[in-house]
Amino acid sequence: MIAYVVRRLGALVMILFGSSFFVYNISAISTDPLEELRTSTAPNKEQLILNLTRELRLDLPAPIRYFIWLRGVLGVFVGRADFGQTRENQPVITEIVGALPITVRLVFVATIVAIILGIGLGITSALRQYSRFDYSMTFFAFLLYSLPIFWVAVLLKQFLAIDFNDFLISAQISLPSIIFASTIAGFFWAAIFSGTRKRVLLIFSGVFVVNSVFLSIISATKWFLNPTMGPIVILLAAIGIAFGITYLSVGLENKSAVKSGLFCAVVGSIMYFPAQILLDSNRPRVGLLLMFILLIGVALLGSVIFNRIDRGPIIRTNVISVVIIGLLIVIDKLMQSWRPYIESDDINFRPISTFGQSTAWLFEVPFWVRSLDIVLHMILPTIALTLISFAGYIRFSRGTLLEVLNQDYIRTARAKGLTERTVIMRHAFRNTMIPITTIMVTDIVSIVGGAIITEQVFGWYGMGTLFNKAIVSFDLNLLMGVILFLSTLAILANLIADLLYSVLDPRIRVGAGK
Amino acid sequence: MARKSNIGLNTGEELLDGNENAIFNKETEGLSQGQIILKRFVRHRAAMVALVFFTTLVAIVYTALDWRIGDPRNPRFTIPGWWNYGFEDTPELLTEGCPEGILGCPTIDFVPFVDGDGVQLGQHPFGQDNIGRDYFALVMRGAQRSILVMFIIGLIATTIGTIVGALAGFFRGWTDAVLMRLVDFIITIPVIIIGSVIGFHFGNKGAAFLALLLGLFSWTGLSRLVRGEFLSLREREFVDAARVAGATNRRIIFKHILPNAIGVIIVSVTLLMSGAILLETALSFLGFGVTSPDVSLGLLISNYQDAFTTRPWLFWYPGLFIIAIALCVNFIGDGLRDAFDPRQRRRLSKKDKENAREMQSRSEMA
Repeated sequence: MIAYVVRRLGALVMILFGSSFFVYNISAISTDPLEELRTSTAPNKEQLILNLTRELRLDLPAPIRYFIWLRGVLGVFVGRADFGQTRENQPVITEIVGALPITVRLVFVATIVAIILGIGLGITSALRQYSRFDYSMTFFAFLLYSLPIFWVAVLLKQFLAIDFNDFLISAQISLPSIIFASTIAGFFWAAIFSGTRKRVLLIFSGVFVVNSVFLSIISATKWFLNPTMGPIVILLAAIGIAFGITYLSVGLENKSAVKSGLFCAVVGSIMYFPAQILLDSNRPRVGLLLMFILLIGVALLGSVIFNRIDRGPIIRTNVISVVIIGLLIVIDKLMQSWRPYIESDDINFRPISTFGQSTAWLFEVPFWVRSLDIVLHMILPTIALTLISFAGYIRFSRGTLLEVLNQDYIRTARAKGLTERTVIMRHAFRNTMIPITTIMVTDIVSIVGGAIITEQVFGWYGMGTLFNKAIVSFDLNLLMGVILFLSTLAILANLIADLLYSVLDPRIRVGAGK
Repeated sequence: MARKSNIGLNTGEELLDGNENAIFNKETEGLSQGQIILKRFVRHRAAMVALVFFTTLVAIVYTALDWRIGDPRNPRFTIPGWWNYGFEDTPELLTEGCPEGILGCPTIDFVPFVDGDGVQLGQHPFGQDNIGRDYFALVMRGAQRSILVMFIIGLIATTIGTIVGALAGFFRGWTDAVLMRLVDFIITIPVIIIGSVIGFHFGNKGAAFLALLLGLFSWTGLSRLVRGEFLSLREREFVDAARVAGATNRRIIFKHILPNAIGVIIVSVTLLMSGAILLETALSFLGFGVTSPDVSLGLLISNYQDAFTTRPWLFWYPGLFIIAIALCVNFIGDGLRDAFDPRQRRRLSKKDKENAREMQSRSEMA
């Protein structure tokens, strides 16, 4: 295994060498940074050309310049890498270090959302194979496959951001919109649960009524102008989450699991009050960490008190529940900053931003207001990126689960008399996840590609913008820096995918059979 | 639950389970492999609709504008298109029927979807751009470019990908090692990045040339798939049989293995092509693809993305064309995959089940 990793890392260096040599030379040969000067009418034209030639060492042939660049980069191994300077005399490395976190932030959140939603929908679609839900998911996935991201981004700007901001003026939802939204929700859930006609109608009307009432309350109280959840709503949500996750993981027949789940939900919601103190402290980041540690402590305690046997799965279940509760508390905290945020002069009741990665604040603002600002700026680009990448997860997880369900061990599991839930969640789902992990990792590379366009549309200053700038301004050092980073990421992602595969599926031996 | 029907909730279904094979076997009796595949494809409703729609779309798009053979300024001869305007013509901006202060709005009427008094195309169905060019003609031209780019990328990537994959998979050893390192080498750089570098430097040399270069970098995924397929197929008995019979390597590759791998190739090529059209439009959007004065759907969107609030049609139509083309190709690909997959079975209709039950009872009586 170690030998294999070392061999692959060796290959990585070789590949990076080859591809960077190739890209460097093709860009160097095909561009002429002097072109602009040659056609200029400046009196000291000759001098300018001479200066630029000396600065960029254009007197040397491209391959030689590549090796000069490479010598600097190879400094990595002796601890002082030199990626060269940009055309504006900034070290390339500082530019990249500044831009990387912004791209990572975007890609990370979008990937997580895409994975969770995509796998969820894909698996539901597979379990309802050949139903209307399945067909509509297939169509939906193909539609997403065919959407150009830049087009979606502009639509999102208009229909999500601008329209939502306009809506915020009154914050009241019109009756037709309530009915429309509730009908859609009703159809969605009825399609998922399906069954006899009576059952479908029942679910549809149930969801429709609940949804309409919910939306009417939101509209009547102008909730969006002053959104809060508070401990009561969090408690109710927590109980729901605890039931839901317990149902999916160990089943509601397991009484002690249900009890410990409820314990975690109740105690977790009570943690809301100490959490406020932690989050309002001078060091909110430490507070946040402490809060999650406390919550996980609650989960462990709950599992240990109520269960004697088979604690592993129950601990896992409870940890997932409390983490979600923790996220709810954080969202509530952000909501508390909503009012001061939208009332500030910079925002002026138009909170969903269509441009930039954060508001440039003129004065110091509290941590949570700043966080809210970043979150609101992330909404649109994240949705755009998620939309284009989660179609792949829908199709792939659907296909894989259907394949797995045809295996003999699933038949065995059913023959043993296991419940359908156990068969699907324990036997089928886990094996479905093996191939999915590999596309998860490689998908990150293509999401980075999508991020380049997304950053451009939404005016983020990340790797994509840097890349664009490098190309347009003939900035070879910057271009090579960006490409080197992205391709290292791509190769590492591939390596990690291969390793993960062998860890998850012991039948596969990496590096064997050479 | 999809599987429940097979566990046996009612006996009718259970009896049917054994007979499914019989039904399918009867259907394919006496047909060649190609005929079976064609039959399966024709039965895939979405794919057929997509195929018909796509063919019509291509026909409309490519006949709309004049074809000028030779120098575009001073053509040797011209094949006239059915549409009144060329994409370079600049007729007068019309204000007729437009909202206050807006020029060149679309004249298309299509009850009840667009506007609302009758069905007509009007003088400028998709409106006009800033300088009065007919937007329908522009969109047609853009779609022509995009479809051309898609096919060129598809063609080149298929050729290179198949050959590289076939050689690597068939010969293994050092051929495989060298070729696959070459693949690694290209795959490390996100394709949009290679595309941008190429497009920025060579975009002005025309869409076809750009597509040619992009095709040179888009075959890697396909070659990996083909290699995998070849690695497994070359161990099969029919290959041994061919070799014993004295077939050359070339004959084995092209006559024996390749036809067996064609399903995988075709399916992945359709995906590649729908990816290619998105790549081209994305590059043009970023300004690294087709450049003005030529037109591409991505370029149109890029030019008019800020006009969305005042003149949304300038934004809608090119986008809808991209989606329509990509969606059609995806659905055709889906149909092909189902058709080529021998394990794929359509859902039995009620009629099939009745027939089966009849068969069952008849055999029981006998």
